[in-house]
Amino acid sequence: MSKKIAVGYDGSDSAGGALEFAVTLAKASGAELVIAHVLEWSPYSFLTPTEIEERHKRRTEELERAESAVIKPVMGKLEEEGVTAKCVLKYGHIAETLNMIATDEGVDQIVIGRNGHSQLSSRLFGSVAGSLAQAASVPVTIVP
Amino acid sequence: MKKFHAAALAATGMLVASAPAMAQSVDETVNSLFASSTGWFVSFIFSPFPGTSFPWIVAWLVIAATVFTLYFGFIQFRAFPHSISLVKGDYSDPNDAGEVSHFQALATALSGTVGLGNIAGVAVAVSIGGPGATFWMILAGLMGMASKFTECTLGVKYRNEYEDGTVSGGPMYYLTKGFEERGLPAGKILAVLFSIFCILGALGGGNMFQANQAHAQISNVVGDYPGWITGVIFAGIVFAVIVGGLKSIASVTEKVVPFMGVLYVLTALVILLMNADKIGWAFGQIFAGAFTGLGVAGGMVGALIQGFKRAAFSNEAGVGSAAIAHSAVRTKEPITEGFVSLLEPFIDTVVICTMTALVIIITGQLISDPATGSYLLSEGSTVIQTVDGNTGVALTSAAFSSSFGWFKYILAIAVVLFAFSTMISWSYYGLKAWTFLFGEGKTKELVFKIIFCIFVVIGAAASLGPVIDFSDAAIFAMAVVNIIGLYFLMPVVKAELDSYLSRLKTGEIKKFK
Repeated sequence: MSKKIAVGYDGSDSAGGALEFAVTLAKASGAELVIAHVLEWSPYSFLTPTEIEERHKRRTEELERAESAVIKPVMGKLEEEGVTAKCVLKYGHIAETLNMIATDEGVDQIVIGRNGHSQLSSRLFGSVAGSLAQAASVPVTIVP
Repeated sequence: MKKFHAAALAATGMLVASAPAMAQSVDETVNSLFASSTGWFVSFIFSPFPGTSFPWIVAWLVIAATVFTLYFGFIQFRAFPHSISLVKGDYSDPNDAGEVSHFQALATALSGTVGLGNIAGVAVAVSIGGPGATFWMILAGLMGMASKFTECTLGVKYRNEYEDGTVSGGPMYYLTKGFEERGLPAGKILAVLFSIFCILGALGGGNMFQANQAHAQISNVVGDYPGWITGVIFAGIVFAVIVGGLKSIASVTEKVVPFMGVLYVLTALVILLMNADKIGWAFGQIFAGAFTGLGVAGGMVGALIQGFKRAAFSNEAGVGSAAIAHSAVRTKEPITEGFVSLLEPFIDTVVICTMTALVIIITGQLISDPATGSYLLSEGSTVIQTVDGNTGVALTSAAFSSSFGWFKYILAIAVVLFAFSTMISWSYYGLKAWTFLFGEGKTKELVFKIIFCIFVVIGAAASLGPVIDFSDAAIFAMAVVNIIGLYFLMPVVKAELDSYLSRLKTGEIKKFK
């Protein structure tokens, strides 16, 4: 049975580290990668009437930008390296949505980077790595 | 004698400082010109039925709400739980995440209606109509839910969608497209009328009145200073948001306003709990007052008029403004916006307005005769005597401050923020009416936005009573046109409702959570 590894990827340096680690794993075990890119979004935030009117347009633009600036370069690189990969692009709470993608795709583990926030800010706002480690239904590897 | 004195004073004033006096006389000229040219319109909209003091426009709104309530079989109660699950996102497809949620649409529409009406207006209503006014206000609020349901469903159904993904909707669009579809004449004329009234209402009640009251609140706390200063600052901020697209200010307001609303209700609840032993008594006063008046001017009818009026003025059900706000939401089912919007009059009137009224009653602000239990009227007026002779915002402020002294500062901040968010919402409603009349386009939109900012300064600077009367009248004139449309188009909503409910039953519309 082929293995599947999900990588939380947002184009940042720490995400790049996580991706590298996942690529090494994938090459060693012949696993398939799922590149998960989540755009932060809360359905309970507040918008002005104009923002509401333009939301659909903005969403389309954001998806296009994510596709061209984040997903495309990384998929190209993975193809060159000969790693099988697919990508999933979603809106939502980052940790919850990564977990949801992991479940939907039936992956065996999740690899994420950490953003290296100070202790104070992670206490106040929580960290993606921390909440995912708490909530995930499969093993999570956090790459420093 | 007094008059002569004033005239003499004015004359000397003129000689001593001719500039301010001239500014004064410009104000007066504007006032009297405006009053004489628009007075007929104001008195027409607010004119009472012959031989009574009951304004026909209030009856028009309440009758419409009753008709919609009966026609849709008490939809506001039947669909209430479903509305809550829609707002919670139980029926939202996770793949649509990133689009505007039902919660966001509701919160935005609410921030346009929650405002001075809930704080100052209710105080006026109970100080004239007595505690009984609360009963009629709640009743009218519950009925108004059906009007909102009808107009918001139509707003989404007949909106315009453009290629770039933006949308425009509201009564002007359903009056045009809906009437055409059903082969009815005069849709376009009604739509144009509605748009004109909407622009006037946006500049007046949605702008000048708010700026004026915000200035009154600020100068109440920090001391008196010229209104144009507040006006220029407010206009600058409004300009930065609606022209400059400065998201940060808007998003701060949009976050703080709901927080203020929640804080207001929670403080009210705490005060009610502190006076828990009197809650039974307060409801007794409300029920007794509703049917006997307990000595208020006009008795039961007096209480009823005040309650109905307050509900109608506060939640804007039937006015058509909410239909503009909700129509921008992306949804496959227009009726879901109707379900969500029916929560607005509930939150605005049945919850927030009622809290204000209860706190005023329970903290004993209204003075009654211990022997008869009737409320005492101030000498020579129809207003009930209050502890310190307060009325309007000051009455609400005194009621809350009697338990928590610091609350008057919170209230002042809340009033200013509510005024600001109401202005942002109405600038959008006015703009939509403007683009309906003159077409969409960056320059045309900019013209309206600049006019809007200028009116902020005028509103804060001058006490233009007649102008404000006129703009209130314009908001209610919107309701006259809008409700005519709703009567003709309600079968469309009925068809949508039946289809949706049957698909909900068969499971075709499914829960995601």
